[in-house]
Amino acid sequence: MQRMSALLETEALTITAGSRTLVRGLTFSVRAGSLVAVLGPNGVGKTLTLHTLAGLRSPTSGLVRLRGTDSDALGQRERALAVGLLLQEQDDPFPTTVLQTALMGRHARLGLWQWETAEDHAAAGAALAAMDLTGREQRLAGTLSGGERRRLGLATLLVQDPDVLLLDEPLNHLDPAHQFAVLAALGRLAGEGKAVIASLHDPALAARHFDSALLLHGDGRWQLGSVTSLLTGDTLADLYAVPFEPYQGAHATVMLPSPPLTRPQAVDKVTPLRRRPPSEHGPR
Amino acid sequence: MFHKDRSGQMLGRIAVFVTLPLGRQPPVAGPPPPTMHSRAPIFVACLAAAAVLALAIAVSYGSGTVGPRDVLALVTGEADATVRQVVLDLRLPRVLAAFGSGAALALAGALMQVLLRNPLADPYILGTSGGAAAFALASMLAGASGALVDASAFAGALGSTVLVFMIAHGGRWAPGRLLLTGVVVAAGWSALVSLLLAVSPERNLRGALFWLMGDFAFTESPAACLLTAGAGTAAGFALGRALNVLATGDRQAALLGLPVRSLRIAIYFLGAALTSVAVTTAGTVGFVGLVVPHLVRLAAGADHRVVVPAAALAGGSLLVLADLAARTLLAPRQLPVGAITALLGVPLFLALLARGQGARD
Repeated sequence: MQRMSALLETEALTITAGSRTLVRGLTFSVRAGSLVAVLGPNGVGKTLTLHTLAGLRSPTSGLVRLRGTDSDALGQRERALAVGLLLQEQDDPFPTTVLQTALMGRHARLGLWQWETAEDHAAAGAALAAMDLTGREQRLAGTLSGGERRRLGLATLLVQDPDVLLLDEPLNHLDPAHQFAVLAALGRLAGEGKAVIASLHDPALAARHFDSALLLHGDGRWQLGSVTSLLTGDTLADLYAVPFEPYQGAHATVMLPSPPLTRPQAVDKVTPLRRRPPSEHGPR
Repeated sequence: MFHKDRSGQMLGRIAVFVTLPLGRQPPVAGPPPPTMHSRAPIFVACLAAAAVLALAIAVSYGSGTVGPRDVLALVTGEADATVRQVVLDLRLPRVLAAFGSGAALALAGALMQVLLRNPLADPYILGTSGGAAAFALASMLAGASGALVDASAFAGALGSTVLVFMIAHGGRWAPGRLLLTGVVVAAGWSALVSLLLAVSPERNLRGALFWLMGDFAFTESPAACLLTAGAGTAAGFALGRALNVLATGDRQAALLGLPVRSLRIAIYFLGAALTSVAVTTAGTVGFVGLVVPHLVRLAAGADHRVVVPAAALAGGSLLVLADLAARTLLAPRQLPVGAITALLGVPLFLALLARGQGARD
């Protein structure tokens, strides 16, 4: 029965890049409602791992199962309904609008000849609203700011609505308010029976908003556990090769990197230019 | 089988997010604002009307004395045999061939642009037309004729496309590298065509102008290129949504559920077929595949269910008018139609590109 409840599971997954083995023998299973944070320094294979889970590349050995079925045995459409991935980068060479981009999330649910229905438009509209993009539907995606573009990618993934949502650094380019909005949205998705696996670079956010952490060391070693047991100062210091210290906030205690300063703190090196005092009417 | 999942469940679930603290403006209930979707049929209908007009004008004028009044007389059944011969046997096949070639080239350009995710791709610039021309000419020198020449042109177009894509695809698409590869390959084909023409005995191989610039003076039958352009438009329209998804990139398209590999192969073949039929009909006419899809996208956006039929109609009309100019501007002297398309296309393209970028939000 445990097999049935796993939305995604891997068996002895080994991921290599060139001659380097980045992840060796990764075996884990993700059930509905899970929120997994993938952490590790740059270049340890977070992106490659997510791509492998999404079926974009084959593992060197091992396999990925989606709802108990070998991922390779699934057709492209079936896989798109089972698993989706927010890519780290997305560009738009053609003048596609925000709404058209979001609607593409419905591709796997539409027949070859079928045009988007009112229902598809409603789904896209709701996802855009959830990502705070309402009012920008007819803007060209290429004219959005980095953060808006990121939220459009997230909205497209929401429209796609797969069982497992993989997200490659979803918080990149987002201001703090939108970061928390996205994290809250991911929490809601998990609460409704989805599974979420996201890579990020902030152990403090991982500890507060995720259940489990997958730490990748880049030499084949990996650790998986609950965020409370795994995201300790010692483990994080070992992972990132910088010391971490707990900081007490009003709502929580978080681990923050606190390397010793290598030079005296720079004061007064950057000073505001002296200008005439601003007039009452402001600058002309 | 996938439609069963399309219940309202998901809508309700997404609607929950709307209560996020961020929502600056609540989602507005009511009819959505007018989009390109509602205007698209009108746009395509206007282009169809323009195409009919272009065809009518093109059969009405030429280097001879037969004019619009004679054509009108022909329609009402009052024309004499000379008029009948000039219009039906000389002008109409040529005009239809121009329409079919223009449509085929514009479609081939639109498809290659999606394949390469590069709005500057064009069968002439990237050497596809050159490959078709070189192979067709070589097969004619070897004594082939008819369908064998067409097959050689198709092989040349396909081979050239695959060659350029394989060399340019160094891990990821770098636009500069792609264009450079295409331009060099095109230069190679054009050198090969010149070489073949130089060593060939004086036979009926059509002129160098035909193979290097395009010319409708040798058109035999417009049937092949009209049929191919029609089939290509139907296929491109049917694949429209898939083309939109493919344009987001191979990875994103695969993630959204598109069988990327098979679609890419289908587009390779479709693009090569369209290019080669245009080349065997008209020679290597340039810039239609670059300018037309670009203008259409500037006017109507990037939804390929609109871009494909619009590009076919606009490309056909453009080449019909360009050929009309080639026939009449310095009559009785005939100009190469490829020179006309370049003269028309390049400034128009530059102007609209500049305006289009300024017009973006």
